[in-house]
Parts: sequence; structure tokens; C-alpha cells
Amino acid sequence: MDPIISVTALEKTYRSGQQALKGVCLQIWSGEILALLGPNGAGKTTLISMICGLTSPTAGQIIVGGYDIISDYRAARSLIGLVPQEVALEPFEKVIHTVKFSRGLFGHPPDAAYVEKILRQLSLWDKRNTPIKELSGGMKRRVLIAKALSHQPKILFLDEPTAGVDVELRKDMWDVVGRLKASGVTIVLTTHYIEEAEAIADRVGIIADGAILLVEDKDKMMAQMGIKELYIELQKPIKAIPPALASYDLRLAENGSRLTYVYDTKAERTGITGLLSDLSAAGLTLRDLQTSQSSLEDIFVDLVKD
Amino acid sequence: MNIHAIQAIYFFEMARTFRTLLQSIISPVISTALYFVVFGSAIGSRMVSIEGVTYGAFIVPGLIMLTVLVQSVTNASFGIYFPKFIGTIYEPLSAPVSYFEIVVGYVGAAATKSFVIGLIILATSFLFVPVQIAHPFWMLGFLLLTCLSFSLLGFIIGIWARNFEQLNLVPSLIITPLVFLGGSFYSISMLPPFWQTATLFNPIVYLVSGFRWSFFDTADVAVSYSLVAIFVFSILCISVISWIFKTGYRLKS
Repeated sequence: MDPIISVTALEKTYRSGQQALKGVCLQIWSGEILALLGPNGAGKTTLISMICGLTSPTAGQIIVGGYDIISDYRAARSLIGLVPQEVALEPFEKVIHTVKFSRGLFGHPPDAAYVEKILRQLSLWDKRNTPIKELSGGMKRRVLIAKALSHQPKILFLDEPTAGVDVELRKDMWDVVGRLKASGVTIVLTTHYIEEAEAIADRVGIIADGAILLVEDKDKMMAQMGIKELYIELQKPIKAIPPALASYDLRLAENGSRLTYVYDTKAERTGITGLLSDLSAAGLTLRDLQTSQSSLEDIFVDLVKD
Repeated sequence: MNIHAIQAIYFFEMARTFRTLLQSIISPVISTALYFVVFGSAIGSRMVSIEGVTYGAFIVPGLIMLTVLVQSVTNASFGIYFPKFIGTIYEPLSAPVSYFEIVVGYVGAAATKSFVIGLIILATSFLFVPVQIAHPFWMLGFLLLTCLSFSLLGFIIGIWARNFEQLNLVPSLIITPLVFLGGSFYSISMLPPFWQTATLFNPIVYLVSGFRWSFFDTADVAVSYSLVAIFVFSILCISVISWIFKTGYRLKS
């Protein structure tokens, strides 16, 4: 299968001399949700802006849906909807007019029914005749999404869609993204909220300092790179770890009633079986067992640190 | 050709005009009426006719030009500067729209607005002075070409401007003086010989002269020169605009 977006050896050096992207290669598959995760200034927005035609590449190539974004810009851009990071909207215009404007701009004839459907999906229908300046921040973000969807794009870019948005609206946003994915839209979002990537992405690309460090299936990434912790609750507290268990590098906590064992799921042997039999050999009775997996955040911090 | 996009930009810009209909139209009409009262009635009544035309009527084409030039530049520059200022420019720049279509949409809307204002001022002038129009089609043609070419200039200024001060700089510091010195209120034959020659370097002389010819059949310079001047000026503006889009000057990083 050909990727719906293919970025090859993309470089960007701004006039100031700042090198924002350093030979980025990236393939995005049709129908997936890809989260680009990275700290501020990593090059996430530059990458998106270049795919959408807002910034000119210094070198490299971008193909969208089989079309080169420069020589075949009309065909390429027709496939893309962009929700920018900054809320940029005509303040005095009514919601429905700006959405219709976007649809026209992308070369589509008016379609009142479709515009109504989008506005209803985004809970904006009641506000359709409200001037944008009277809307709340969250509502404005919804208008941006409605505009991006107005021309039925195949690919939707969401540049930090939930920055500065309250928790409830963020969950709403994730629902919207989920519905779009179900309808077959490919979604690329940038975020520095790891929980966002963790909650909705299929794949996660980690970008730092203008380079993509890793692109990986989210679950696989966490499974491969995840460090797990095993918590062992003891029936009776102990004062010290028995010498027979020293090789497991256990930590004692909760006044001696809990042992923590750290293991790597990637390793050939996790050592859990041995630990459990050694525990009972040492005469310790277990009350409960619990494991916890390291989050994307831990993985991310590990990668960016190096 | 993305016709829907041109329509979208054009009508979106026109909607801005209709939202501010009163201030868009009332202020040019009032200022023109003031010119008629001061120059036409108060001063004009003591002036001799120029080339067989009463002074009040003589200044009508110049007054229309003054307003139309300033309005074209202001509307077009604001029309493209405002999206840059509030950030909504990202949309046309990321849409499947050619630069030509963007320019047609924005410049077309700005020119339409100043064309309508020009006609309203013409209508207003009938209330104050008897105006004859010798070549009505040429009159409309000159008016339209002027609106278009100066809206192109305004578009360039809107892209160049980094702030609102710069946006106002060109209309107030360049256009208005050139119009005043371009024979709006006098015939350049009334100037001393040196200034008659110097004034020929003022492009607006050709516009006012051609426009006045369409009213009174008399002109400071030959009509063909006026037409050539408008076309040269338009081509110059179009060249600058195509350079802007080619290089992404102040639009793309």
C-alpha cells in the first residue's frame, strides 16, 4: 500500500539561519491517526506548514495522495484540511459564513446540508449566526475544525488541537477525532500532551530538534520500550529484604509491606517466575500483586533526554 | 480555474463592505460635498471658467479621482493586510487556489467598492453643479481601470505593510499629495512652464487628464497618453505582485 503522505529528506532552514528540520522522512498511512509528539520548537508546526503549503521547503519532497505538493498543489491541497495552532478567525463574521467561505475556497460548490451536518456534529449549529468574536475559546476551536472539514478532506491536520482547552472539551475533541477516523479520514495531530497521543493515536512520531527520533505503533512502542513495575503486597510487613532475594534488586516500601520489582518486558526473561518461587522459599506470604506499565511520557522523556 | 474560490473571496470581502456600509459610503460623500461647498460654491463663484467649463464642474473629475484613488488603495491594502494581521491568511495560502485567483478575488472586491463610491460621488456632484459627460463609456472605462490599477497597488501595500501605520502611510503621504498636485483642482496649463514639465512626471496627471477628457472633451495631455499610463502602471503592479507570490515575500517563510 502506498502511503497517503510521503515526506522525503525534508529540510528547512529559515532566513535567520535557524535549521528547523533536518532531513525528515515520514510516511503516513491512509486512515490512521498519527500523533507527532515533541517539545516546543521541535519542528512539528514547520513540518505541518510545509505539507500544507504555508512554508516552502529548503530541500526534499512531499507527496500527498500521489501528488507533489508543489507541482501538483491543487490536487494535493484539495485532500487536506488544516486546523492551525493559533485561533485565527475573522472576528466580525458569522460562524456559518466563514465555514461556507472555506468550502468555496477549496473549490466546492455550496452545500447547505453538508455544512449543517458539520456544524451539528461540532455542536455549532445553534451558534451559526453568531459573530465569531462572541464565541468562547473552545467554540472558536470548533469553528476552525468546521472550516477544515468544510471541503470533505481526506487528511486532517490538527496542530495542537487541545492547547489551552479545558478537560471536557478535550474529551469532546477526541470524540470528534474518533468519529472522523471511523469515517476514513487520516488524521495527523501535533501535541505536547503525551496523554493525548496515548489516548487517541495509532502511531506516535517523536520529533525533537528538527529530526524524527522514532515513529512507532503506539502499543508496540509501549510494549517494546515499556519498563514494567511489579508491586508485591505482603501479608506481614518485613523489616529488611531477605538476603536470598538480593539479586532481584527489590525496593521495600509502605513500612515493609510492599516490595517493588522493576523488569523490562523486552528482556528474554522477566525474572518474575523465579522471584515468586524465591519469595515463597523465603517464607513470605503474598496478599496481592499489581503491575504498572510506564507511560508514553516516560518513554518520551527518555528519548528526548539523550 | 477555481471559480468557487474567486467567488468565495470576492463575496467574503464584499460582505465586509456591507457590514460597514454607512462609514464606507457616508464619509467619502460628506467629504466630497464639503469640497463642492468650499471650492465649487464659495471659491468657484469668484473664479473664471477654465476652458469653457465652470470651476465647480471642472473639479468634479478630479474630486472623483481623489476619492477613488485613496479608496482603492485603502480598501485593497486593508483587504489583504487584515487576514495577515489576524492570521486567517493561512487559509487562502493552503487552499488549492492559484495566486491569480487570490488577486482577482481581493483586488476585484476592492475595485468594485471604489467604483461604486466613484459613481455615488458623481451622483452627488449633480446636486451641486451641472455636469456634462461627453464620453460616458470612456468615463466608466477610465474609472474602472483606475479602480483596478490602484487596487493592485493597494494589494502590494497590504502585503508589504508590517503594521497599521505603514498601511496608512502610502495613501496619506503619497497618493493624496500626488492627486492634489496632479491637476485635480486646476488645469496644468495654469502652472508656470517649469512646473508644467515637472508635473508630467506625476502619473496621476495622466489619470485626471484622461478622466476629465471623458467629461469635457478637453485634456492636459493626449488621451492616448493617459491610456498608456494606466496600462503601464497596471503592468508594473502586476509584475510586482507576481514577484511577491513567486518569492513568498512577507507571505511565506
